[in-house]
Amino acid sequence: MTMHKQSTTGGATGRWGLGKLKLLAASMVLAATANAAAPPTAEVNTTGLAVTDDTVNVGILHSVTGTMAISEEGSVQAEILAIEQINAMGGVLGRQIEYIQEDGASDWPTFADRSRKLLRQDNVAAVFGCWTSASRKAVLPIFEQYNGMLYYPTFYEGLEQSPNVIYTGQEATQQILAGLNWVKEEKGAETFYLLGSDYIWPRTSNKIARKHIEDVLGLEVVGEDYFPLGHTQFNSAINRIRLKKPDVIYAIIVGGSNVAFYKQLEAAGIDLTDGKTTLLTISVTEDEILGIGGRNIEGAYAAMKYFQSLDNPNNEAFVKAFKERWGEDSVIGDVTQAAYLGPWLWKAAVEKAGSFDIDKVREASPGIELTTAPEGYVRIHENHHLWSKTRVGRAMANGQYEVVFETDELMEPDPFPEGYQ
Amino acid sequence: MFSDYTATELGSIFAMQGFAGLILFAVFLLMALGLAIIFGQMGVINMAHGEFMILGAYMTYLTSNLFAEYLPGLFDAYFFVAIVVAFLASAALGAFVEWAMIRRLYHRPLDTLLATWGLSLLMQQSYRSIFGAREVGVRIPDWMAGSFPVTDIVELPINGLIVMIIAISVTFGVYLLMFKSSWGRRVRAVVQNRPMAGAVGINTVKVDRMTFALGCGIAGIAGSAFTMIGSTGPSAGQQYIVDTFLVVVFGGAASLLGTVASAFSISQAQSTMEFFLGGSMAKVLTLMTVVIILMVRPQGLFTLKVRK
Repeated sequence: MTMHKQSTTGGATGRWGLGKLKLLAASMVLAATANAAAPPTAEVNTTGLAVTDDTVNVGILHSVTGTMAISEEGSVQAEILAIEQINAMGGVLGRQIEYIQEDGASDWPTFADRSRKLLRQDNVAAVFGCWTSASRKAVLPIFEQYNGMLYYPTFYEGLEQSPNVIYTGQEATQQILAGLNWVKEEKGAETFYLLGSDYIWPRTSNKIARKHIEDVLGLEVVGEDYFPLGHTQFNSAINRIRLKKPDVIYAIIVGGSNVAFYKQLEAAGIDLTDGKTTLLTISVTEDEILGIGGRNIEGAYAAMKYFQSLDNPNNEAFVKAFKERWGEDSVIGDVTQAAYLGPWLWKAAVEKAGSFDIDKVREASPGIELTTAPEGYVRIHENHHLWSKTRVGRAMANGQYEVVFETDELMEPDPFPEGYQ
Repeated sequence: MFSDYTATELGSIFAMQGFAGLILFAVFLLMALGLAIIFGQMGVINMAHGEFMILGAYMTYLTSNLFAEYLPGLFDAYFFVAIVVAFLASAALGAFVEWAMIRRLYHRPLDTLLATWGLSLLMQQSYRSIFGAREVGVRIPDWMAGSFPVTDIVELPINGLIVMIIAISVTFGVYLLMFKSSWGRRVRAVVQNRPMAGAVGINTVKVDRMTFALGCGIAGIAGSAFTMIGSTGPSAGQQYIVDTFLVVVFGGAASLLGTVASAFSISQAQSTMEFFLGGSMAKVLTLMTVVIILMVRPQGLFTLKVRK
């Protein structure tokens, strides 16, 4: 039942095809092989990938140990769930997906090493993986050298477009612009205070945010501040914010620092629920709220493309299936959903191409659409990113977001935004 | 940069900034005390110090869950129980680690560095297996959250006040133990001259074990207190380890007074610079200043006079 709801249009026709062919085979009393429906391997795999008559191997490459395990766990779960669902409805081109999971161990050279193993030794047809930009940058040369295909789930800073990567998360402008527009219109905000952890993603994102605030919206940035990763003491920063009295605190703080920041903000008497100060973040999903505590972040706004509370039949089925597979207490954040799209997008591209060959899958990818995505509808752009909506959610004490805004149109991905660099 | 603000605003900000510095001081002190005992008194470079803190944090998490489940009426008071549980758990694990590993390495200080680093990885992965890779949210009783308004602008965070009270109590307790009790006298004797201390009948093996356990126990208390202001996750201990060593080394390894002085000066410098220059720059300047001072004065701020 759940599986059926999840099925893509491509998948459904695949099933039909299988049934019809079996019927045909039976009625004609042909000495059919076990995989009458599946096109011959020699046809769909001309480059020596790990494809047999009834299986195809893919790789999952995330950190399940080390500091990043906290974030990447959800992505692994989502990818496995998607693969199992695809298998249950007949696989891809009549072949069951078998995944080989490797551990990046939160260490970028390990990511590079493992990806080389997946591509060279295991000859996988696709890899779903990486989380941080650093790990993606580490594996990129290897995917390009050995011509692999990576489905990368995290929202990130943009400024990249590789023929060997499909970016299923948002690039920076998709996350930032609509959120800022919303806060101007809805909250009448005029002054902004930008905060971030000190590395490439927050810095690039804040640069785009500042350009948009100053040049496009004509508003004012009254302060900008960065903190080393793992910073746990924000009292001085909070005092600075008090002094500047911004209408909006725009926060891109990540990891454990996040927890410290929101706890101390709450303790310092900056009440996000009283409407005086608006906090808008692009770095806190439902996953992070688990550690922060719903009460500490209640009233903050986040700009994402997906929230677990999204009200649509696709998402209902997805959340139900996820909880059935991984436990009732699971929470699903933006990246987890984006990771879930990976295997489905790959399946659709393979079926459109009629082949597992990387080059053909790449060629078939632009224009692929998914009407069954939990976030609604997505489509792959020429630049390998997804057309997605931007949504704004308000954090509630129970750790979920209440969706308060969504863009009417899909936001076009623009990894190299002109005028924003 | 002050021209935009009125005098009262400035006054309030300075008051709050001073308080922010004091909270940071309390945090540093609490982090560093346990390590000051282990590193300062025993010369063991304990890279797993942060993980002992996180053990305390997880114990607080478990205690809060137990209270919420079985004694919801007493939930407001669970934190006091949690601190004791955190101390006992970390101290017990510390004693075990000393027995199983550290005591074999007293003559090889560089090997303890490697061994305790390995221990920290081991502990992180155990937390990950037991409590899950995600951070856990520790529920804090209502009275401990929020702030205490002094004037319109000046608000004192209650959790900061509590951290300060804990830091002061623990420091005072350690002072009493080390300098006013017969046990402390034995510890100091062992530190100053191990063979001689043994010769006059002090059980140095037992003293070592107790000292290590005490240091770890205090780390547990710190971890328990930090659930109010920071994150509780398998690798959260890593956030504290650099600052902790910084404070202890800068203060002069063998001196508790040095640790206090060092925590105070680093926290004040960092919090002031953070206010004017922003987080990352403040950190860089703090580290640079400490490095320069240590170049001039490698033994740290305070030293113990010992006849070699």
